[in-house]
Amino acid sequence: MTYLAKPKLHHPTLAKNKLGYIRRDYEGAVSTLCAGCGHDSISAAIVQACWELDIEPHRVAKLSGIGCSSKTPTYFLGNSHGFNSVHGRMPSVLTGANLANRDLIYLGVSGDGDSASIGLGQFAHCLRRGVNMVYIVENNGVYGLTKGQFSATADRGSKSKRGVVNTDEPVDMIGLALMLGATFVARSFSGDKSQLVPLIKAAIAHKGAAFLDVISPCVAFNNHPGSTKSYDYVREHNEAVNRLDVIEGRDQITADYAPGEVTDVTQHDGTVIRLRKLAVDYDPTDRVKAMGYLQERAAAGELVTGLLYVHPEAADLHEHLGTVETPLNQLGGRELCPGSVMLERINASLR
Amino acid sequence: MKPTDTKNPEYFHRVVDCQWACPAHTPVPEYIRLIAAGRYGDAYMVNWESNVFPGILGRTCDRPCEPACRRGRVEERNAEKPEPVAICRLKRVAADYKEDIRARLPKVPKQKNGRRVACVGAGPASLTVARDLAPLGYSVTVFDRDPRAGGMIWSQIPRFRLPLEVIDEEVGYILNLGVEFKGGVTIESMKRLLAENYDAIFVGSGAPRGRDLDIPGRQEAAANIRIGIDWLSSVSFGHTTKIGRRVIVLGGGNTAMDCCRTSRRLGGEDVKVIVRSGFEEMKASPWEKEDAMHEGIPILNYLVPKTFEHKNGKLTGMTFEKVKATYDAKGKRRLVPTGEPDQHFECDDVLIAVGQENAFPWIERDIGIEFDQGMPVVDKLTMQSTLPKVFFGGDAAFGPKNIIWAVAHGHDAAVSIDKFLNGEDVRSRPAPGVSLVSQKMGIHEWRYNNEISGDARYAVPWRDQKMTLKDIRVEVELGFDAKTALAEAQRCLNCDVQTVFTGKLCIECDACVDICPMDCITFAKNGEEAELRKRLNAPALNLTQSLYVSDALKTGRIMAKDEDVCLHCGLCAERCPTGAWDMQKFLLEMTHAGPACRTPKGKAA
Ligand SMILES: Cc1cc2nc3c(=O)[nH]c(=O)nc-3n(C[C@H](O)[C@H](O)[C@H](O)COP(=O)(O)OP(=O)(O)OC[C@H]3O[C@@H](n4cnc5c(N)ncnc54)[C@H](O)[C@@H]3O)c2cc1C
Ligand SMILES: Cc1ncc(C[n+]2csc(CCOP(=O)(O)OP(=O)(O)O)c2C)c(N)n1
Ligand code: SF4
Ligand code: SF4
Ligand code: SF4
Ligand SMILES: [Mg+2]
Repeated sequence: MTYLAKPKLHHPTLAKNKLGYIRRDYEGAVSTLCAGCGHDSISAAIVQACWELDIEPHRVAKLSGIGCSSKTPTYFLGNSHGFNSVHGRMPSVLTGANLANRDLIYLGVSGDGDSASIGLGQFAHCLRRGVNMVYIVENNGVYGLTKGQFSATADRGSKSKRGVVNTDEPVDMIGLALMLGATFVARSFSGDKSQLVPLIKAAIAHKGAAFLDVISPCVAFNNHPGSTKSYDYVREHNEAVNRLDVIEGRDQITADYAPGEVTDVTQHDGTVIRLRKLAVDYDPTDRVKAMGYLQERAAAGELVTGLLYVHPEAADLHEHLGTVETPLNQLGGRELCPGSVMLERINASLR
Repeated sequence: MKPTDTKNPEYFHRVVDCQWACPAHTPVPEYIRLIAAGRYGDAYMVNWESNVFPGILGRTCDRPCEPACRRGRVEERNAEKPEPVAICRLKRVAADYKEDIRARLPKVPKQKNGRRVACVGAGPASLTVARDLAPLGYSVTVFDRDPRAGGMIWSQIPRFRLPLEVIDEEVGYILNLGVEFKGGVTIESMKRLLAENYDAIFVGSGAPRGRDLDIPGRQEAAANIRIGIDWLSSVSFGHTTKIGRRVIVLGGGNTAMDCCRTSRRLGGEDVKVIVRSGFEEMKASPWEKEDAMHEGIPILNYLVPKTFEHKNGKLTGMTFEKVKATYDAKGKRRLVPTGEPDQHFECDDVLIAVGQENAFPWIERDIGIEFDQGMPVVDKLTMQSTLPKVFFGGDAAFGPKNIIWAVAHGHDAAVSIDKFLNGEDVRSRPAPGVSLVSQKMGIHEWRYNNEISGDARYAVPWRDQKMTLKDIRVEVELGFDAKTALAEAQRCLNCDVQTVFTGKLCIECDACVDICPMDCITFAKNGEEAELRKRLNAPALNLTQSLYVSDALKTGRIMAKDEDVCLHCGLCAERCPTGAWDMQKFLLEMTHAGPACRTPKGKAA
């Protein structure tokens, strides 16, 4: 942990975004995580993505559970809303907040313990419901905060720092997310910002439940030989199926590509996700094929990363429920509580 | 790019911008930290070793270190007015608040080594030679035509910028080393001096001649027209104590600034400076111009002197032609008349400060000392002339410069003389002494204060003008008080505490990249420098600053750090989980004359 605040001084050439902010304006308090923790790089990627998207900080709500990963919202977007909830309960709190105010951008930040162990049920239902959010799991295969016990995503056969072999099957969060109907599913690595930043941007632009599994090495407890979540292991086994550029509506599309090399996916808000294919036959809009492909590559010992699945026309919870468009805090007392006559009428209609 | 060779002392030396820019390579951040620690005497001694005149330079130095100081670059687009650390005035703090340091000065050797060295002129160049050689046992004799030692420090720089006590103290430290000073002695002939069989002669006679201005009326009005440097020295001698009410000073250099400010104190009420060129191109340092204007002295520009007006043999004023600057295709400036009517200014006295020249009428041209266009042929590295036992330094060597260059020349010449008289090749120069020491004490505890101050530069307070304009001996600047000095010292970034990278420890976790406030660090594919500079996290546009590049790391990438705006905050090292980054204090000390500067003789193993 560092005691000093990061100096306010910044590089003289730092650019301002459309709102007049520099990237540094999107930072939070200085991190108290272990030096070298992958989670800090994910925070930096979120900062970069939000700056690039010209997001107004007060339009973002950060929600998290408990864990080193769940502490990170303090370390980015210092001027956004935040809620540090109970262990494994972030999805419910996020769902509630989203129902109350659909105008904010919801950023759920969690760990593999928080989401795959204690919070597995919450995780599942929140994705099923299609809550419009970006759900990031900072996945290190251990409970970092409680000193490195295996979490539910630890691979069978992987070794703990003290040499104990994990005998349990891992929870496959990507597989679950695809099965449960998440409409944007991606995997990345904290050590590869050139892949991670555009994925976060695309996920923010996505309207629906976007899930990001980011492998994020725990330097203190899970970065040794025998671990499958170490910097070295992930670098050796990483197989990216695609690379993407996020093109906002007003940006010019200039780069030249050979035919068949790229696929453009236009999302709801006009954002174009330009995918440069790395695995020739991989089609990220085909959910069933994607599931098969991922199982196959996982069996071959590869860690597939990139944009794995996207449903461009996704709908979200509000559309499913037909809720009012105005955030509840902007409705007046009469609309929120229409009175006993209205209650009578509703009850009558249900009899 | 090839991995950076940090074993080469030059690499880290360049990172310490101020020390690199200082002609005498004073370890600036080292003394600034000592000031912050309240160790003024130690800070003074660090200075004294390198630049010999801390109290004098702390008031008068041309301070080439300050435009080079990283703090100025770092504050760009961060502060309203980016400013370097007040390096020069902190030097004065060390001098002002030090305890008695006399016991720490070199001792006069009991045993002389039998060699005799003569120095012509008692300016800073000769005094530095004397200081470096006398403690080694050389018998040094310094001659000056003036009765006091100090050269132009004493004869030209006015008292309101530099009090006499400060000169006496620091010149005294040198003369007390057993140096023989012969004041009031003009050396009329080099031939005769050579005949006195000194083992070596150092010429530090300065550039004593002021340029004149030969335009109509010069002869007729001569009684009220003076050459600036002659006039200033006659003020220093006490021969001149008055000047007319209306004074025109011609010229845009520091001498002109001293002339006009001195005039204000000797009865000049309507004093103006008139320059040929534009205000911006004036040779005077920006702070000297500010100081003059602050004393109510206007600076009029683009006026070329045409005639001195006079009546009944008495100066009445001057006429100037109005010009403007035009630039040809090559960007060369020319001043051309604007065609506007000439401008006339009335005045009682004129001071001409339009440049200084060397003059060596006393050096015969047939004794083996070669001259080229009036200047001696001097080796830039060794300060040796074409007559091996004669060395030059200071303004006498390459024309008028400043005190700190004179000091640097003096050190170089002393090394040469010492080697020469020990039968060594003077061109093989001693390597500087360098050390590199880790500053780590704990995970986030360092031997230096790595918190970055956000303060803007502090201004040195001035004494009330009511007092300063009345008496030429009243010093204008008051110097920092201890509290302000501490705050100013904290603005220093400790550029000598280097970021040292060990590639084989790096796990490429990006922690340093993420924490670095200045985006200095990038992990990238290697490439040619020009191309690599463009694709770093922040483009490395300042080509005078190095890129620090590692060998290929595990992923095949390299670490590239742009040294340009690094804050030396150590956060990269604090966030590095493996200690691949370390903060190490680099201390470079120049090797001065003495056994260390000589080539080691084949020692028994
Ligand atoms: C008005 C003015 C203001 C200045 N202000 C500053 C300033 O603020 N900061 C700064 O860094 N520099 C300043 N300078 C420049 C600085 O004074 C000189 O660069 C510096 O003093 C040069 O040192 P030196 O040792 O070469 O010789 P000098 O200091 O010039 O000393 C040479 C000495 O040699 C003596 N001498 C010459 N010939 C003979 C001879 N034949 N026999 C015996 N003695 C002889 C002279 O009397 C003189 O004392 C200023 C110069 C002037 C003119
Ligand atoms: C209800 C409850 N049960 C258990 C804990 C103890 N606990 C704190 S953090 C944590 C695991 C966190 O693991 P993960 O989400 O993977 O976060 P990491 O620290 O690895 O980033 C546990 C079990 C708790 N805080 N609350
Ligand atoms: S314990 Fe692990 S997860 Fe937690 S901060 Fe340290 S390195 Fe990161
Ligand atoms: S910040 Fe300090 S060490 Fe760095 S160049 Fe300036 S004075 Fe020198
Ligand atoms: S010391 Fe390290 S973290 Fe601080 S500015 Fe320099 S490179 Fe960046
Ligand atoms: Mg975890």
